[in-house]
Amino acid sequence: MKIAAFLPKLGDKLHKTAYEAITAAHQVQALVGGDVVGFAIDVDQQQLERTAHYGLTRLIVAEHPLLANTYSPSAFAKVLHQLASSQGIDILILPNITYGKELGPRVAVTFEAGYIADVTGIESQNGELIFRKPVYAGKAIIAAQLKTAKKIFTIRPNIFTAKAAEAVASLNIETFTPELSEADFKEKRLSITRSTGKLDVAEADIVVSGGRGLKAPENFKLIEELAEVLGAAVGASRAVVDAGWRPHSEQVGQTGKTISPNLYIAVGISGAVQHLAGMSSSKVIVAINKDKDAPIFQVADYGIVGDALDVLPRLTAKLKEVLHKS
Amino acid sequence: MNILVCVSRVPDTATKVKVADDGKSIATQNVKFILNPYDEFAVEEGLRLREQHGGSVTVLTVGGQESTDILRTALAMGADKATLIQLANPDSYQVAVNIAQYARNHSFDLILFGRQSIDFDSFQVPPMVAQLLDLPCLTIVSQWSITNGTVKAERDIEGGKEEFETTLPLVASVQKGINEPRYPKLPDIIKAKSKPIETIEPVAVEPQLEILSMEIPQTERRHVILGDSDEDLEKLIQLLREEAKVI
Repeated sequence: MKIAAFLPKLGDKLHKTAYEAITAAHQVQALVGGDVVGFAIDVDQQQLERTAHYGLTRLIVAEHPLLANTYSPSAFAKVLHQLASSQGIDILILPNITYGKELGPRVAVTFEAGYIADVTGIESQNGELIFRKPVYAGKAIIAAQLKTAKKIFTIRPNIFTAKAAEAVASLNIETFTPELSEADFKEKRLSITRSTGKLDVAEADIVVSGGRGLKAPENFKLIEELAEVLGAAVGASRAVVDAGWRPHSEQVGQTGKTISPNLYIAVGISGAVQHLAGMSSSKVIVAINKDKDAPIFQVADYGIVGDALDVLPRLTAKLKEVLHKS
Repeated sequence: MNILVCVSRVPDTATKVKVADDGKSIATQNVKFILNPYDEFAVEEGLRLREQHGGSVTVLTVGGQESTDILRTALAMGADKATLIQLANPDSYQVAVNIAQYARNHSFDLILFGRQSIDFDSFQVPPMVAQLLDLPCLTIVSQWSITNGTVKAERDIEGGKEEFETTLPLVASVQKGINEPRYPKLPDIIKAKSKPIETIEPVAVEPQLEILSMEIPQTERRHVILGDSDEDLEKLIQLLREEAKVI
């Protein structure tokens, strides 16, 4: 099998999920055998060399004047198709971030591959890959097969933890010049702005979310203070987003973001089914709620039964003490 | 502007999912199905663009006969025409191929979707439709302007924002918050009940995805529930550091 991992770039750097894609590719290789190659588009040498620390031995980077410092779904899909086709790829893996989610389906069409998104587990049975994927925002998980010969799938971030190699691999980086013209850039990116200082709930290792139990929008500063001490992102329940207390980009749940951080702290959130769907795959869950019967406690590893407004300042102060000491 | 809005029928977000007897789908007894929440924004956006630019809004879904209920919801909101491509339990690839074929047989300036349907969350159909039709595609649009066939759009990505420019005809998916969807008024709901729904035969295309099994995830949780005294908070911090090792 020829297995490829697409290594997306955000800003100047490879996105952290690029390394997770390499780990997933090695996992597929262990199941069905074959070779692993990394695909990158317009990424500088120094960034590419970091992949050797994750055991990548071969990488092909597409370079073209039209590709410099830009992104266009139609053009990038075309480049990725040419890369896959030039290497006779059987299995292409992309991270399930915005770029992967829109490039995967496009390449699947032109490359005549089957496609499955948001995979959280890979197995094999009689040499055939079986994919696990959460559905209904994680309320259920399916095991599924792609019936096509060629397969493309995206991996959910933060599940295939990037695995450092025991020794830095000797990495061979090749350059590929795709056939491209201006007309292939059907969407032109005018700008990209990195949000500064604010962690994205979908990106963060720790997320502190607040709900109605905060009682008023201004009390979210208590959530922000706890998040700051922990280096965490701030999340919110649907109720407070719908009430206009917090932006939709912070919403965790079935109609917000589905996330799997290492630590999720739910404060003043009762745990509606749609919220649980968005966060129940978190590795460790802490619930702080004054109602001891709130459904959130049923999915919690640790619970504090108490009023958010009373608990938060004390918890933040104690954490500050402990974490700054060590 | 002729606008096609593609919608899907999904279980209400409050649904507690149970696995059906076949072991690979959800039990649908007592489950309330709704117009996919993100698709409400797509329908609303289609209606607003029609109000600004003139033209028509067609809503389309690929599904079984039962899917006419969500088409009627869209008609009650104000869509001009509704079409059902009758294909029970299609996979996303079959949906994309059927939508693309329908679009080829008509002439649309804009093909709109909600950013994802909340059943399989695959995010797959809009980019596939764009590729099948060789059209530009913008996904998760949070705000935009369309003037004289030129589209300027903004979207959030992981840790940032992007702005794009493209042209009609276009495939686009919209994010929650792009507008405030209207609630259909009772007279419109009643009128929508008698509006015609066109039903057409699907394109013959094999599914790519075969579901082997479905299960409800069971994560073992520690369930250590403490009070709110200072000692309890210290205990929590100690557990997070020494037992869970997450801080």
